[in-house]
Amino acid sequence: MAELREELKEKLIEQLSLEDVEVSEIGDNDPLFGDGLGLDSIDALELIVLLEKDYGIKLKDPKEGKAIFESISVMADYISKHRTK
Amino acid sequence: MSDCFINGIASISAQPTTDPGTFLEELISYKEPIFRCHDPNYKDYIKPAAMRRMSKSVKMGVTTASMALKDSGVEMPDAIITGTGMGCKQDSEKFLENILHNDEQFLTPTLFIQSTHNTVGGQVALGLGCKAYNVTYVQGAASFETSVMDAQLMLSEESGKNILVGGIDEIAKNSTLLHKLDGQIKNDDIDLIDLLDSNTLGTVASEGATFMVLGAKTDKSLANIVDVETISEATPNEIKADIEKFVFRQGLSLDDIDAVVLGNNGDVKYDNYYKNLQSSIFSNIEQLCYKHLIGDYYVASSFGFWLACKIFETNQIPSVLKVNDVTAKNHNNVLLYNQYLGKNHSIALLQRC
Repeated sequence: MAELREELKEKLIEQLSLEDVEVSEIGDNDPLFGDGLGLDSIDALELIVLLEKDYGIKLKDPKEGKAIFESISVMADYISKHRTK
Repeated sequence: MSDCFINGIASISAQPTTDPGTFLEELISYKEPIFRCHDPNYKDYIKPAAMRRMSKSVKMGVTTASMALKDSGVEMPDAIITGTGMGCKQDSEKFLENILHNDEQFLTPTLFIQSTHNTVGGQVALGLGCKAYNVTYVQGAASFETSVMDAQLMLSEESGKNILVGGIDEIAKNSTLLHKLDGQIKNDDIDLIDLLDSNTLGTVASEGATFMVLGAKTDKSLANIVDVETISEATPNEIKADIEKFVFRQGLSLDDIDAVVLGNNGDVKYDNYYKNLQSSIFSNIEQLCYKHLIGDYYVASSFGFWLACKIFETNQIPSVLKVNDVTAKNHNNVLLYNQYLGKNHSIALLQRC
């Protein structure tokens, strides 16, 4: 799981162009939206595509993302349970 | 035309042109036919959170818009009008590459949102929270001038407005290379400073942005845009006649023009448009060129507006701009002429305030 969390942090930085953010600066339980990493609704759409493209997880209801993208830990947990690739 | 004053202007180009205290004193040399602009520190003008999704043209546009507004003292413009020849090519290319590589699936929104021609105008408006008139003109090499004409029309209806007008074009990996394949860009490396004497086909490609704030005369006014005209297609001799008519229409003669700023770009096939003027109606006028410093792109002519303003402001002409031996005593009337591939000609007259 620790490996997946690191992988997700790297993907987030690359996919969302977080140029000034280092992997070490993203805490496992930091909120990704709002006061934490400061992601916005466009980033949420990017993450939905990332889930499908890299892990074969297709969210039927985009609103599910709100809970799944709470933090790196929550994301990693969800991916490990539902991934198809 | 009604009064249309330039009350603030800023330009990003291949040369260091963003420091208001200097005027082409230190030049950067380029050897390749495709080169990028000289970047200022964008972080000084754009918040990191906003900048992370921005392509080059958006960064250049938002930064020069911010600088021009600051220069003019205007915080919120009454309209934002932009011109671009090719728009946000970088993100367009990335989006198309994603379509191909991912078999038309997994397309992300950011590149799509930012791949349109009016992205820069939109991003400037978003940054300012400006909900006013916002239009982008795509008219080849006359895109910037077309934007200026729209602003002039708006000011003729309501002179109290402050209008932010800009031109932006960027280099993108694939589409710029396509212009090399079709002969628009030179095939061989060239020392940029020798561009105007290259005597070969094609020009050199670069990128840049210029924004200015237009409005009524203020104590910050740099120049009056007396008139602007664009002509879609014409022969060299038709252009000569058009320029004479244009100057006459302003109640002036060619003897009243102190300097001409020309868009010669070293393309032996099309520079005859300029040379036909330089050897005839402009032969007794101080002639200035700039594309051997900044390269060419669809809105490169906007750099001519910046040059004219700097000349009025500093009363100096950097010798690197001069291409003939005539030196004007004063610079009150500066005429600009530009074309690309024999199309989208533009003529503009700027007058000292």
